[in-house]
Amino acid sequence: MSPSAITVSGVDKFYGPIDRGVHAVKNLTMEIAKGEIVALLGSSGCGKTSTLRMIAGFEEVSRGSISVAGRKVHMLPPVKRNVAMAFEGYSLYPPLTVRENMAFALKAARLAKSAVDAKVANIAKLLEIEDILERYPSSISGGQQQRASLGRALIREADLHLLDEPMGQLEPQLRAVLRGRIKHFIKERGLTAILVTHDQTEANALADRIAVMEGGVLQQFDTPDRLKERPANLFTGTFVGEPPMNVFEAYVGTAAGKISLKLPDGLSLDYDKDAFSGPVRDELLNRQRVVIGVRPYAVRRSKDGVPATVSANQWLGDQTHIAADFAGGSLVLVEHDRTRLELGAPIKISIDPKNLHVFDQASGNAISHGTELA
Amino acid sequence: MEHTSLLERILRGIALALVVIFFMFPIVWILMMSFQTNETILRIPPQLVFEPTLANYTALITGKLMTAAGTLDIAFMRNLWNSVFLSVTSVAVALLLGVPAAYAFARHKFRGSEDIAFTLLSFRFAPALLVLLPLTLYFQKLGLANTYIGLIWVYQLICLPLILWIVRGYFEDIPADIEYAYRIAGHSWFATFRKIALPLAGPGIAAAGLLAFIFAWNNFVFALVLASADKQPVTVGALAFITSSGIQYGQISAAIVLSITPTLALALYAQRYLVEGLSLGAVKG
Repeated sequence: MSPSAITVSGVDKFYGPIDRGVHAVKNLTMEIAKGEIVALLGSSGCGKTSTLRMIAGFEEVSRGSISVAGRKVHMLPPVKRNVAMAFEGYSLYPPLTVRENMAFALKAARLAKSAVDAKVANIAKLLEIEDILERYPSSISGGQQQRASLGRALIREADLHLLDEPMGQLEPQLRAVLRGRIKHFIKERGLTAILVTHDQTEANALADRIAVMEGGVLQQFDTPDRLKERPANLFTGTFVGEPPMNVFEAYVGTAAGKISLKLPDGLSLDYDKDAFSGPVRDELLNRQRVVIGVRPYAVRRSKDGVPATVSANQWLGDQTHIAADFAGGSLVLVEHDRTRLELGAPIKISIDPKNLHVFDQASGNAISHGTELA
Repeated sequence: MEHTSLLERILRGIALALVVIFFMFPIVWILMMSFQTNETILRIPPQLVFEPTLANYTALITGKLMTAAGTLDIAFMRNLWNSVFLSVTSVAVALLLGVPAAYAFARHKFRGSEDIAFTLLSFRFAPALLVLLPLTLYFQKLGLANTYIGLIWVYQLICLPLILWIVRGYFEDIPADIEYAYRIAGHSWFATFRKIALPLAGPGIAAAGLLAFIFAWNNFVFALVLASADKQPVTVGALAFITSSGIQYGQISAAIVLSITPTLALALYAQRYLVEGLSLGAVKG
């Protein structure tokens, strides 16, 4: 692994007095390698922006330490940290044009004017803001301001680039185009970036690894694929993935040589004992109650499955989302063909044990993914 | 607003004219009085037509007041200079102290910050006379009575709270992230204050400074008690026109005209800053 660009170790953030104020970030530890793009993903108030601002130096670190490029920076003022940041609220300097705003960020680097001009032109082309370079922030739209603000951060050569909701105000088509370009730009220059977002599509598209946060606690820090395939707990399982994972409480039992996951309404999913590896089988049988989860893409309709009733059916143009009443709750399945099912139509569903995620009922921690232990 | 009828426009014109006459009349009347002698001013009934004279102005500028009882020395020009000096220096000192303090109160919430800010504001609503008596005694002990330094110090009671509270609001209106963006781009805290916060709050600072100047200029009671003749501003100096042989209306009027000229000129010049200051909210990022 390449040398680490930033190390966050045991960081706590309290707003107000330590141990008594609002505990916004709890014992956060993460290491990000040079050249990596990491997304902090979570809902509002999960501590992701607090984390970013502590790294930038706008919030004090209550406990723990942060190192950037091997230097302990958490006690340094922002000016000495050598990080660049794009702000959620844009924060462009009102008396300067877009061009000046971007060139201004390079002032400390003391470059020749021609070099600055070349860099501004390059970034402006990347972000499609060439036509507004001479305009003032107050006279351009929110999306344009956001791109100017992003440009002001990307133009710098810093040890770390922090992007707070960098594309929230952009229209979807432009967002898709820019995601690709920005990722290419960052990778090409070997920059290290941390972006904060609540949009998982954005996190998936841009980031090498995603840190899922909730309630100030880092839930899981992993690649997008592993987040989907091996969620560490119930929160990550249900938070990551669109549409969200279906979850049901189940009792584990054995019947006629099979492992039976008993669901409400007298339904049960029965599997051959051999469908699971030995350790998984032991774990399951050791517990009475578990929570099972299955991704909507992994739910299949079959002739000899468990009965459910269609409650909604929506063709999205490239896939069908079918919602069904199932086991006292609701279950969503996705099919890639256009499916014509009347409301109230009976269907039978089955779930391959390979696609079954099992979580501990009390702690929510993952027990197994498919046939392997978590 | 485009669809106003003729009648509406005429009515509006009349209403505006009434307002202007109401507010401008005293000033115009004083201006007219300043070009008349005491005799023509006191004619009954008053007349709009008169032979203008510059005698009042010459008397003020030369410092020789002719009254029925003889010639009197007055120090009006000295008073005017005192006013200018005291007001300008007081506002300058108040800006120097108040603007950084306002920034601190706007950006940093520390223990007791609200209390300190409020205490400073409370100087504005303490009755001046109540403060003056003990202050006079202290100043005499300290040797500050009848000195420019002492007066400028006391004038801070007028200027500092005003500047502090107005400018604080302007600093609070600047999104903190604009400053953070500047700091993270490799600039120190002080550079950020100088290059980002000060220019953005500039119109507000100008407006507060102007207001403080007008208040300082118009102050009467502090200077009356704490200053003797050679340090008195025009507000106190005007008392000299109430002489043993009657009130010199012509000279008083001329003195008023001369003493409102600097503030009026400043207000007219700073008008655009005031307007900018008030519309700052519309341009913030």
